[in-house]
Amino acid sequence: MKQGRANPPPGPRTRLRRAPHGSTLRATDILPLAALGVLSRPTRAILSAAGIALGIATMVCVLGISSSSRAQLIAQIDALGTNLLTVTPGQSLTGVNLTLPRTAPAMVRRIGPVLAASAIGDVDASVYRNDRIPVVNTEAITVYWADASLLRTLQGHVDSGRFLTAATSRFPAVVLGADAASALGVDRADGTVQLWLGDHWFSVVGILDPLPLAPELDRTALIGLSAARQLLHARGSPVQIYVRTDPASIAAAAAVIPATADPAAPQNVAVADPADALIARADASAAFQSLFLGLGAVALLVGGIGIANVMVIAVLERRGEIGLRRALGASRQHIGLQFVAEAALLATSGGAAGAVLGGFATTVYASQRHWSATVPVLVLLGAVGIALVVGVTAGLYPALRAARLAPAEALRII
Amino acid sequence: MSGGPAALALQEVTKEHPGSPPVVALQSVSLSINDGEFVAVVGPSGSGKSTLLAIAGTLERPTAGSVQVAGTSTDRLCDRALSGIRGSRIGFVFQQFFLLPTLTAAENVACGLVYRGIPPGQRRRRAADALDRVGLGDRQTHRPGQLSGGECQRVAIARALVGDPAIILADEPTGSLDTATGDDILALLAGLNAGGATIIVVTHNQDIAAAAGRTISLRDGKIVDDSEATA
Repeated sequence: MKQGRANPPPGPRTRLRRAPHGSTLRATDILPLAALGVLSRPTRAILSAAGIALGIATMVCVLGISSSSRAQLIAQIDALGTNLLTVTPGQSLTGVNLTLPRTAPAMVRRIGPVLAASAIGDVDASVYRNDRIPVVNTEAITVYWADASLLRTLQGHVDSGRFLTAATSRFPAVVLGADAASALGVDRADGTVQLWLGDHWFSVVGILDPLPLAPELDRTALIGLSAARQLLHARGSPVQIYVRTDPASIAAAAAVIPATADPAAPQNVAVADPADALIARADASAAFQSLFLGLGAVALLVGGIGIANVMVIAVLERRGEIGLRRALGASRQHIGLQFVAEAALLATSGGAAGAVLGGFATTVYASQRHWSATVPVLVLLGAVGIALVVGVTAGLYPALRAARLAPAEALRII
Repeated sequence: MSGGPAALALQEVTKEHPGSPPVVALQSVSLSINDGEFVAVVGPSGSGKSTLLAIAGTLERPTAGSVQVAGTSTDRLCDRALSGIRGSRIGFVFQQFFLLPTLTAAENVACGLVYRGIPPGQRRRRAADALDRVGLGDRQTHRPGQLSGGECQRVAIARALVGDPAIILADEPTGSLDTATGDDILALLAGLNAGGATIIVVTHNQDIAAAAGRTISLRDGKIVDDSEATA
């Protein structure tokens, strides 16, 4: 009977030692190892990655569409010029709407960097298609008097006819905003169409294109100041002045406009940049995005749970493989790493597919609206990064179970 | 006994599986196996053969006693070090082969070398050499599904050989094979032993027991006989 050899006395049993030839896994071998596990069941891999793909696609699409629309708006504003300011009278302490002095437009034009300034003002009248329309049917169209230079200052265009001129300003002639024209059913501006405006017949001489920087004018009827005074007894005090400035000196001009427009009460003058307001409004509509982003996040969460579920099943099914790998020299960490990497690979593939899908959907949507599609690279990278985080998180528990599996136990089952 | 350290040495190894009452699978087993030996471990079911193999292969830690593989004591090694010993000093052959079905024969053989940090090119070369040694040089790109049972077990033996282990532990290597194929595998093991490999086989197969140079009989967790063949 053979007996064990005498061994050198063991050292103190304090902690487990590391041997010089510990098990080692090259970093470059981790991905192929994970890919092997994922690709061995391709259908299951595709199905479990689909949840992540859906979530990521939703998020990319929402962010892509909103950034495309914002980029479109900014491009539009840039094309129109960002050097437009609006000057309005504020309200008095008692809440009464104030007006600007009649001299305000001329005074503002004297400011050095101001290139053009045009005013509009209240007219106490409503406009109707003809004199048979009940007075209450105003179609919510406001009548203003306007300087003949207004369209040039706004860099707007007429759809048909012409804008007011020094000549037509003296006569009963009206120019309609785009919305006002369609509300009144006017599609010609050759002077043959007449509207009933403040108990006078006014000839339609022009119809405007929509004014992106002054959308408030789209539903107005504009007449000349002289006509407004003579026929409709307008006071001639501006309620709004549109100011085009030297692009380099917008802030400087804005600073001196209040005191110039109304030296007696500069505190009652408000100066605003309509481009800011438009962008702010576009950003406010982005609040709606959070709902869709939330939906995307829920899809991601469900996708992550799906992956965790699939990985837990994989650990049960692959006990034999786990036992074998342990027998072949894999440490607990290596087994855990393999399963985390598999989950991460599944989720990242799903995330990449979702990013492509979301980018594609954004492109299709944008091209239908004749926008240029803008999907920030950061959004795409972030999407894949989020998928990676979801995958690693989903893989942690299954990996822990796989790593804890006793090798002898794992090899016993078949 | 040769002068160098034994390929495998167990000293007073006891293994209890927890429960009430605890099941004693091995009781104070001591044995030493030298380089180049071909040992059969026999015994009835439940005698502790598989537990002995698992402890010898460092897949399980003993409740008491110590295990040395190629002169290295495994008692207080951390998991990573122990895994390193399995990867570099011990080759396993199982009754169910445990080949990964999606991998080719060569990839299956190279599987364990991944955990030794060996680069892919060298892994492929060593796998090809090992397959040559078991007579499957022409089956490298075949997958387990395309191979016969005997060929699968040869691939598994090549996988055990590829890391140049100090010792090969085989658990019923012919258990899933018909007699003729089993004989081929036995001949292969005997040939490898003749070439210097240290082999321990747990078996019910009398032919293997007869072919082995030494037979250790277990019963109720104890060694009841340890005899060298008188060839």
